[in-house]
Amino acid sequence: MQIMNIPARLAVVAAAATLSFTAAAADISGAGATFPYPIYAKWADAYKKLTGVGLNYQSIGSGGGIKQIKAKTVTFGASDMPLKPDDLRASGLLQFPVIIGGVVPVVNVKGIQGGQLHLDGATVASIYLGDITQWNDPKIKGLNPKLTLPSTAIAPVYRSDGSGTNFLFSDYLSKASPKFLSSIGANASVQWPTGIGAKGNEGVANMTTQTDGAIGYVEYAFAKQNKMAYTLLTNKAGAAVAPSAESFQAAAANADWVHAEGYYLILTDQAGAKSWPITGASFILLYKQPADPAPVIEALKFFSWAYQDGASMAAELDYVPLPAALIAQVKKTWATEITSGGHPVWSGK
Amino acid sequence: MENSGSETDIVAIIDPRHAAKQLIYERIFRAATLSAAILVLLILGGVAISLLRGAWPAVGRFGFSFVTREIWNPVTEEFGALAAIYGTVVTSAIAMLLAVPAGFGIALFLTELCPPLLKRPIGVAVELLAAVPSIIFGIWGLFVLAPVLQRHVQPWLIGHLGNIPLLGGLFKGPPFGIGVLTAGVVLAIMVLPFIAATMRDVFDTVPAMLKESGYGLGATTWEVMWNVVVPHSRVGMVGGIMLGLGRALGETMAVTFVIGNAHRISSSLLAPGTTISSAIANEFTEAVGDLYTSSLIALGLLLFLITFTVIAAAQAMLRRLERRGFAV
Repeated sequence: MQIMNIPARLAVVAAAATLSFTAAAADISGAGATFPYPIYAKWADAYKKLTGVGLNYQSIGSGGGIKQIKAKTVTFGASDMPLKPDDLRASGLLQFPVIIGGVVPVVNVKGIQGGQLHLDGATVASIYLGDITQWNDPKIKGLNPKLTLPSTAIAPVYRSDGSGTNFLFSDYLSKASPKFLSSIGANASVQWPTGIGAKGNEGVANMTTQTDGAIGYVEYAFAKQNKMAYTLLTNKAGAAVAPSAESFQAAAANADWVHAEGYYLILTDQAGAKSWPITGASFILLYKQPADPAPVIEALKFFSWAYQDGASMAAELDYVPLPAALIAQVKKTWATEITSGGHPVWSGK
Repeated sequence: MENSGSETDIVAIIDPRHAAKQLIYERIFRAATLSAAILVLLILGGVAISLLRGAWPAVGRFGFSFVTREIWNPVTEEFGALAAIYGTVVTSAIAMLLAVPAGFGIALFLTELCPPLLKRPIGVAVELLAAVPSIIFGIWGLFVLAPVLQRHVQPWLIGHLGNIPLLGGLFKGPPFGIGVLTAGVVLAIMVLPFIAATMRDVFDTVPAMLKESGYGLGATTWEVMWNVVVPHSRVGMVGGIMLGLGRALGETMAVTFVIGNAHRISSSLLAPGTTISSAIANEFTEAVGDLYTSSLIALGLLLFLITFTVIAAAQAMLRRLERRGFAV
C-alpha cells in the first residue's frame, strides 16, 4: 500500500508542530489556567524588556497547573478555582489572587439589544435546567415588564471544555438555585441536562450568535470586544447590575478576604449593591518552604511588579486589577508565610 | 530478503576484503532495521501499559459498568463511557456511509473515465484535501457548514423524514446546526481523500491487459469495473476503507467543534452528542482529581481497544478474502 505515505507525512508534520521548547534557565516557570494567559503573557513581555527576566508560562489549564506545581516541575501553578485550605495545608502550598475577571450571560433574542434583558440567578438556572423553555415565560416577563418577548424556544449554549468560566457560572447558579446545586453542582465541567456544548469562548459566542433564541455565557472581554447582547443580573443586594470593570471590582472589594484562609474565596454572588454576581479571581500557587528560594523570589518580584505597574495593561485587555487593600494583604502574606531555612524569603519590597 | 547470502558470496569470490566489509555493512543495516521495527512494538506496548495504569483507578472503581452507563458527572465523580462510545461509533458510521461510495466513485472516475487533462488536477486536489489540518475542518464546520445545515438541510430533514415511523426518530428535535450528523458529515469529508487516494492507487495496479481483455470481449465500462477492476483490488480497497475508519474513530479537533459536546445518547442524529476523543480534548486540561483524570484515560484506553478491534477485524477479513482467491 504505497499510499501509506500520506498519513505518515501528516504524522511527521503533527509531531513537529507539537514539539515544545524549554525556556532559558533564568526564566520564571509557571503553568496553569488559560483564562489569565493573555494578561500574563502581556505582563511577561513588558517585564522582560524591563528586567531581562522572562516568564515561561504554559497555559495548560487549571487542572494541569495544580498537577505541575504538585509535581514540582514549575515554580508556580495557576488556577481559576482556588484550592481548599485543607488541600493547601496538606501540600504546603500558598495561594493568592492576581487578577479578576467576570462571566457575562449573552443572548440572541430578536429585538433585544445588549443591556436590555434583565435576568436573575434562579431564572438562568431554570433555563439551564430545562425548566424554562420559552423567552415569553412568565418568570422572564416578570423581570422585564417593559420588553416584548417572543415565544421563541430558548436554546441554552454551554462551554464544553473544562474551564474556569464554567466553574464560576455553575457555582453562581448553584448559589442561586437549590435545584441546580443538588442536581448539577459546580465544577470546571458539569453534566448539563440540556442544551448544546461549544468549545471555548469563541465557540459559545458563535453558537449564540448563530442560533435564534440562544443564551450563552462568555468571559467579559469576549462579550465586550464582540459587542454581544449581554444581560443585566440581579445581585445579592437585589439590584440589577450591568457587567463592567467597576462591578467586578466591587465584588472583589466587598468580599471578606481578611477572614478567608488561604484566600479560599469564590467571588460569585458577593454582597454590595454594585457587585456583579459572576465575578472570579485567578489564583497563583507557590510552595511555602521552597527547596530553592531563588526562583520563588523571582516569581514574587514579577507579581509584585504586576500589582504595581500592570493595572493599565490589564485594563487594556478588559481584566480587572485587585483592589489596593487586597494587594497589601497579599504582600503581607508573602512576607510572613514564605520561608527558607526559617527565614522569610520576601523582604516586602 | 529470500537469498541475501548469495550476492555476498559472489562478491567474496571476486574480492575477500571487500566482501568482509560488505558483510559488516549488511549486519549493521539489518540490526538498524530490526531495532526500528522493535521500537514500534515497544512504543505500542508502552502506550498500552501507561493507558492501563492510568485507567486503573477508574476501572477499579466502576468496573464493567464504566462501559454500560451513560452518566458523566464530574461533580459527583460518577463516570460512564456509553455516550462517548455511542457517539464515536455513530459519527464514524455516518462518515463511512458517506465517504466510501464517494471515494469509490472518485477513484473509479480518476482511473477509468477521467480525461487525461483533468486527471492530475483532481488527483492533486484529493491529496491536498488530505493535508488540511483537522482544526481547519473544525472551524469550517462550525462557521460555514453548521449554519447551512441549520438553515437549509436540517429543517428539510425534520419536515420530510421526521414523521416516518422508525426512520423519523433519527431526525427529530430542533435544528441546532451542530450535532452528531454534522460531525459525521465533517468526518466524511476528512476521510474521503484517504479512501479515494488508496482506491485510486489500487485500481491503478490492475494490469491493463486484464481490462482490455474485458473490453475485447465486448464488456461495457461499468462491467469491466465491476467484474474486473473491483475483484482484482478488493484487498487494497478494504485497506483504504480501514485507513479512513481509523482516522474517523480517532479524529478529535474537528469533531469537538461541531458535535455539541453533550454526554447524552439521543435517538436523533440532529441532537448534540460526544465522542471519546472529543471528551478527552474538552476535559483533560481542567480535570482535577484522580478519579476524573483516570476516567478520561480509561476513555483513551477504550478508543485504543476499539481501534485495535477494527484493525484486527480488517486483517481477519483480508485473510479470508485472500483464501477465497481475491488477492492481488
